[in-house]
Amino acid sequence: MSDSRPPLLELQDITKSFGGVTALRGVDFTLRPGEIHGLVGENGAGKSTLMKIIAGVHTGFSGRFLLDGREVHFNSARDARAAGIAMVHQELSVAPDLTVAENVFLGNQPTNALGIVQWRRMAREAAEQLKKLGIDADPMSRLGDLPIGVQQLIEIARVLFSGARIIILDEPTSALSPPEVERLFAALRKLREQGTGIIFISHFIEDILLISDEVTVFRNGRKIMETRAADTSKAALIEAMIGKGRDALEGSYTHDITLPAPPAGKPVVLEAAGLSLARSLKRVSFSVQAGEVLGIYGFMGCGQLELARILFGKLAPDAGELRLAGERNRFKSTADARRAGIAFVPESRRDMLFLQEPVYKNVSISILDRINAVLLKPSRERALAKRQVEQLQIRPADVEIDLGLLSGGNQQKVALAKWLSHPPRLLVLCEPTRGMDVGAKSDVIGIVRQLRDQGIAVVVLSTEPETVLSLADRVIVLKRGQVVREFAGETISKDRLLEAA
Amino acid sequence: MAHGDTVPMPEAQPRRAGGLATLLRTQMRNIAPFLTLIFLTAFFAIASPSFATLDNVGNILTQVSVTGIIAVGLTFVILCAEIDLSIAAIANVTGIAVAFFTLQDSYVNIANLPLPGFAAIMLALALCALLGAVNAFGLTVIGIPSFIMTLAMMQIAAGISAMLVRGQIAYKVPPLITTLGSGSIAGVPWIVIVAALMLLLGHLVLTYTRFGRYVYMVGGNREAAEYSGLNVKLILGSVMVISAVCSGIGGMLGVAHFGSAQQNEFDTYLLDSIAAVVVGGTSLFGGRGGIGNTIVGLFVLGVLNNGLDHVNIDSFLKILIRGLILLAALVINVYAQRLRAKAAD
Repeated sequence: MSDSRPPLLELQDITKSFGGVTALRGVDFTLRPGEIHGLVGENGAGKSTLMKIIAGVHTGFSGRFLLDGREVHFNSARDARAAGIAMVHQELSVAPDLTVAENVFLGNQPTNALGIVQWRRMAREAAEQLKKLGIDADPMSRLGDLPIGVQQLIEIARVLFSGARIIILDEPTSALSPPEVERLFAALRKLREQGTGIIFISHFIEDILLISDEVTVFRNGRKIMETRAADTSKAALIEAMIGKGRDALEGSYTHDITLPAPPAGKPVVLEAAGLSLARSLKRVSFSVQAGEVLGIYGFMGCGQLELARILFGKLAPDAGELRLAGERNRFKSTADARRAGIAFVPESRRDMLFLQEPVYKNVSISILDRINAVLLKPSRERALAKRQVEQLQIRPADVEIDLGLLSGGNQQKVALAKWLSHPPRLLVLCEPTRGMDVGAKSDVIGIVRQLRDQGIAVVVLSTEPETVLSLADRVIVLKRGQVVREFAGETISKDRLLEAA
Repeated sequence: MAHGDTVPMPEAQPRRAGGLATLLRTQMRNIAPFLTLIFLTAFFAIASPSFATLDNVGNILTQVSVTGIIAVGLTFVILCAEIDLSIAAIANVTGIAVAFFTLQDSYVNIANLPLPGFAAIMLALALCALLGAVNAFGLTVIGIPSFIMTLAMMQIAAGISAMLVRGQIAYKVPPLITTLGSGSIAGVPWIVIVAALMLLLGHLVLTYTRFGRYVYMVGGNREAAEYSGLNVKLILGSVMVISAVCSGIGGMLGVAHFGSAQQNEFDTYLLDSIAAVVVGGTSLFGGRGGIGNTIVGLFVLGVLNNGLDHVNIDSFLKILIRGLILLAALVINVYAQRLRAKAAD
């Protein structure tokens, strides 16, 4: 915070392009010791690119990169780590088969003089560190057995306690519950006192304003604004991000929302009766009508992920049954579910996209059998993909480009697009707007509403109350694998939803 | 930024990652094997006057034919990011089976079961398809990794071979197989024609059919394929059967080509086939490459094996040289994957 010290990190006039796409144009960025620097901007604005440059992931760029006032050149992420720069990526990168302690100390295990790992010491220190973040997990348990939110905190813990001087957190709070966010912030403040520089990227403007000292806004690869967090407001930041006011969109849903009265006489598309799965789900029953969006809300680990996978035939329930349009179904594979007219978008887009394939192949993959039983018709595929790209305003509007070159939000739209060329009977969406900027979010909300109005039944599963509230006509709340509350045709608010869970 | 009423971005019309450097990066796996082939051909052509002759081209084509037939199926398997170690053993047992069901000369001491030629071929094909189906079952239903499953199958197929011939050698196969394996038409060996047709068929299936696209997608991202509603297990099972049947055909023609059916006859074909596919540039991580790559790989191996016979070189050193070339190809294979991932980053 003291401006007399030289900046930890200083970037001058950074420009970076990928092929023909310019991701950053002449960006300056400064991080001082003991500063938490918030970074906001829509998807594709250039935040992630800048962070990957700092973390040594992207090496080819123009401009000056100064660390402690001296110019440096990183050839790899390893160089950056050696210089004390650590990054927590948006997507989880833990080793699920290793223990909690091993994950905390990954690549940095305490050893004795002979180079033998000191298990006891490692377990003890891991437990201590995790306690600081409020995690009371057995250090010797397998990480993959823990809920995703805890896994994310453990990954953050690994970086926070690695001794790095510069820490980059990319959307660290999106999978965390409110108390977990509190504990994370407490840990960040402690690091700030010790002089660590922290870059905090988030779409949650409230989080940014709460934790940051300094905020920088990006738009279209340019730095638009830099200001002290205390001197700005949510509305001002959003305006800088988007280019004009959008308060209506960013309505924070603290007000009450009245759910529509359940439509009468519409056919029931899906009925789940008494679904149970090991320890995850207990006798879950619900139904969805045509032209209705059912929101399923619950905290991380409430059984949502498992429920969604049962609906798409990826997991088989131990008990209970699914009836699709009154007909009993036991899907043996996801292919069965797809053929029965079910579409599915998982919470992690990496799990459903082919990043090294062109956009059109990603869009057409689920409808190839409707185009032709045996042969491919690439011209048909391209035409279908072009239509979807136009309708969903996917940028760049080029169906030949490899999907990996698109920004995260646009990739997410492609994940939706692949199901829209042949509209399904039932659409299952997991965390449809996670990690998205305001514009992309409203696009997705618009698409889902449009599908609902066409008579498609939609199930939206989310751990973010806003997502459920902005999309659902009816909400059920899942808690420890059981349906504990249903909201229909009544007034609902974020508070009441959180309370029920 | 993609929202309807925002200002259209000036940079929203990028070209598709242009530039020669990017092209080289993304096409590394196709270019490198081709350059290797040209280099080797040029080298041997200069080093030996007997190498670059029409006769020798015919030799090379014939020499790579059996490997080529087996490699067609293996290409499908490797594109799916799986492996089949039982190809040579299945080739062997299928070749032995077709001889087992054919009337042998009286001096052959095998308690065999003579059948009409057509029936013998059908039974042999059924046998290799069945073994492939067992591989498929182990991989997809039980969940045994293909590396281990096909290692077991390698032993099983070798065991069946041993039971059938009991250390003896059979010579006769049905006339159709004899023709295709050792006959020729207008100076072109039938086995070369069969190999070319099978490679072409494999290419057409991979490039122009829905199944082929699924193979690439399953290899590219298996999880995504599943979440896209593809029947991943069916696709994986199918490629294991395709691989076994290609091996079986290679084995039958190979027996006719060599003029005998006996134990361990195809042992070298396991490594050769894998090498052909990988040297050609098909990714060991799945999803990239194809029959075109396999053809280049076949020729690299064929030219190398044949060329080393034409130059004056220690025959024991040949083995080492082949190993080094294979290592170089593996390095390029893995490196190409990384370059491509970077280009798409």
